[in-house]
Amino acid sequence: MWQIILVLVIYLPLVLIIGRYLYKVTMGEKMWGDSFFQRIEGIIYKISAVKQEDMTGKQYIFSLLFSNAVMIAIGYCLLRLQSVLFLNPNNIGNMETTLSFNTVISFMTNTNLQHYSGESGLSYLSQMLVIIFMMFTSAASGYAVCMAFCRRLIAKTDTLGNFYVDYVRVITRILLPLSFIVSLILVSQGVPQTFQENITLTTIEDKQQDIALGPIAAMESIKHLGTNGGGFIGANSSAPFENPTILTNIVEILSMMLLPGACVVTLGLMIAYRKKRSNNVWLGKQGASIFIAMSIIFLIGVAAVYISEKSGNPAIHAIGIDDHTGNMEGKETRFGIAQSSLFTAVTTAFTTGSINNMHDTLTPLGGLVPLFNMMLNVVFGGKGVGLMNMMMYVLLTIFIACLMIGRTPQFLGKKIEAKEMKLIALCILIHPALILGFSALAVVTDGGIAGITNPGAHGLSQVLYEFASSSANNGSGFEGLLDNSTFWNVTTGLAMFFGHYISIVLQIAIASLLAKKLVHNESVGTLNTSNATFTIFLVAIVLVVGALTFLPALALGPITEYLQLNS
Amino acid sequence: MKKIISQLKTAFLTSIVMMIICGLIYPFAVTALAQLAFHDQANGSLIKIDNRVVGSKLIGQNYKNPAHFISRVSSVNYNIYEKNDTKYAGVSSGNFNYAPSNPELTKRITNSVDEFLKENPTVSRTDIPADLMTSSGSGLDPHISIAAAEIQIDRIAAASHLSKEEIQDIIRKTTSQKTFGVLGEDKMNVLEANILIDQKMK
Repeated sequence: MWQIILVLVIYLPLVLIIGRYLYKVTMGEKMWGDSFFQRIEGIIYKISAVKQEDMTGKQYIFSLLFSNAVMIAIGYCLLRLQSVLFLNPNNIGNMETTLSFNTVISFMTNTNLQHYSGESGLSYLSQMLVIIFMMFTSAASGYAVCMAFCRRLIAKTDTLGNFYVDYVRVITRILLPLSFIVSLILVSQGVPQTFQENITLTTIEDKQQDIALGPIAAMESIKHLGTNGGGFIGANSSAPFENPTILTNIVEILSMMLLPGACVVTLGLMIAYRKKRSNNVWLGKQGASIFIAMSIIFLIGVAAVYISEKSGNPAIHAIGIDDHTGNMEGKETRFGIAQSSLFTAVTTAFTTGSINNMHDTLTPLGGLVPLFNMMLNVVFGGKGVGLMNMMMYVLLTIFIACLMIGRTPQFLGKKIEAKEMKLIALCILIHPALILGFSALAVVTDGGIAGITNPGAHGLSQVLYEFASSSANNGSGFEGLLDNSTFWNVTTGLAMFFGHYISIVLQIAIASLLAKKLVHNESVGTLNTSNATFTIFLVAIVLVVGALTFLPALALGPITEYLQLNS
Repeated sequence: MKKIISQLKTAFLTSIVMMIICGLIYPFAVTALAQLAFHDQANGSLIKIDNRVVGSKLIGQNYKNPAHFISRVSSVNYNIYEKNDTKYAGVSSGNFNYAPSNPELTKRITNSVDEFLKENPTVSRTDIPADLMTSSGSGLDPHISIAAAEIQIDRIAAASHLSKEEIQDIIRKTTSQKTFGVLGEDKMNVLEANILIDQKMK
């Protein structure tokens, strides 16, 4: 319990500092190390023929789509050819077509759903040139879009910022330096970083043991900093070589919380600084109200997983052994209940998708929290997209609140009108449509049902979880699901693709519309969007919309399982 | 058309440049520094006896010898196999992924409990800590809880002819406490403890 609080207390100052740094990087302000970084970036722009001119929202989003499409094509080719390329000491074969399709979409959309197992499915070269590379670029694309979105909320024009410049700056100034430091911390604790082949050894009882090695640390750091989540090893961050000690566990938790939280801080600063620049502001009133709203939902989640896991599994209790430590099935001894629960809540709220315990084995209510976090997809969220989703809810809340009190809905002096509201509604509806639509498809087709491995209500939870994870671009799984089949590879591939790209296209479109609007002065009649009333109302709207959409499905899955286990 | 081609060119070139920076330069640079500064850890924290690698400090193993501590249940059997074993499917990791409501879970645990009671006749069912009977997330957990270690003392003492105090001492030596007194859990490294037992038995 105390260790959860301690980690969260360490997080607060870190996120404020990184948020301020992210603000400077985004706004192109003078900062430390400028001359060094500018030289490197200059070379990159020159080789890549990047014209550093401002783009409209439309040009921005097209650049993103073009660059992602090219990377998907390159990544796909590499996976299909990996057996004949170099750096393949463990002689791994080429990846199958639907699995390759699923894998490249998964990593390009920052989902990192893995239907393969790293130690047997990918060569070291693929781990680096496809996986690590996409972990950087998908995260950078996400943050670039998020920052483009935020800038348009406060801007008076739609022509600002260049996608390639944002994207390169996020990688060179944030992701690479931080990943480098975090990698070395991880290695110091025991995460391997080598190009040696796997080891076969003879144990003290004269048996053989295989140990998988590889350049794990380099991936482990960006996996969390970029809220990617895909593991080098099948068991992800529960494997000792990915997460050997309690310190690495905390470093990994903080790494994944860092940048999604920083995005909120950056937006808060942009809003606070738009009138008057002041160095005493760390978050701004508007930033604080959004940050607190997200934190409330997050903390409820952490508490719910912890209490549920601590109270254990009644079925194991009935066997008559001493289970006072809680539900340890699927958890590691070194993490115990507290650190496992925190990791579970963080990885789904911040949409990373790495796991340090097996979510399929969580107690029904313990498993409901990660599922619900991904269904909401607004509690911080990964690579900036979570903030954009939350802003959809902020605008929706303003609209509903203003209808209730009979005022013109406006945010930062910009009127929210019918056109924006239509796009916002569409944006909010896509996510549940993908999750529930594909889940329905899975449970009525043979290909879908073939993947389910747990009987009863939990089987439905496995299906819901897989599509919630895909559509929210999370990537964790109820791993029992036999998901490496044509049906699951293709459907989750589509869910990830549409869940990611439709949302961001719509969100940038909304931001572009707002950017072009006249700014009205705020008067006594304007709804205050930065006080406690608004924060509470925002939390209520998120929970009500989420609950109305997903409660029936949740009732048939985890809630039924809970009632059956406790009856 | 010309515009699209120039767009594609930029997209392609940035991708290649980033692939070289993030996919090659970065991992090679981390490897170089890691190998220099943390050579042991970067190569898997291997434990050697007489210059022969017998395991990794961080990766668990399973033990059949009654004089050794047993580890937690593993779905991948800690990637341990007999020489010439044809059933072994290659290196992997993970968990059984049984839902809490899955009857297979209770069946598996009940079997483990029965087997444990047969091998440890002095132990009563209600004292068996659940962590020893449940499977770890990775299937490679190198630790067991202190309670799970202490409950095996009687059996190990009988099989190894060491005194209970000596075994207690081994547990104490291979236990790592909560970091800074709050973070994580107390735990014992099974491989290190078993190596100490072997040394004492010689």
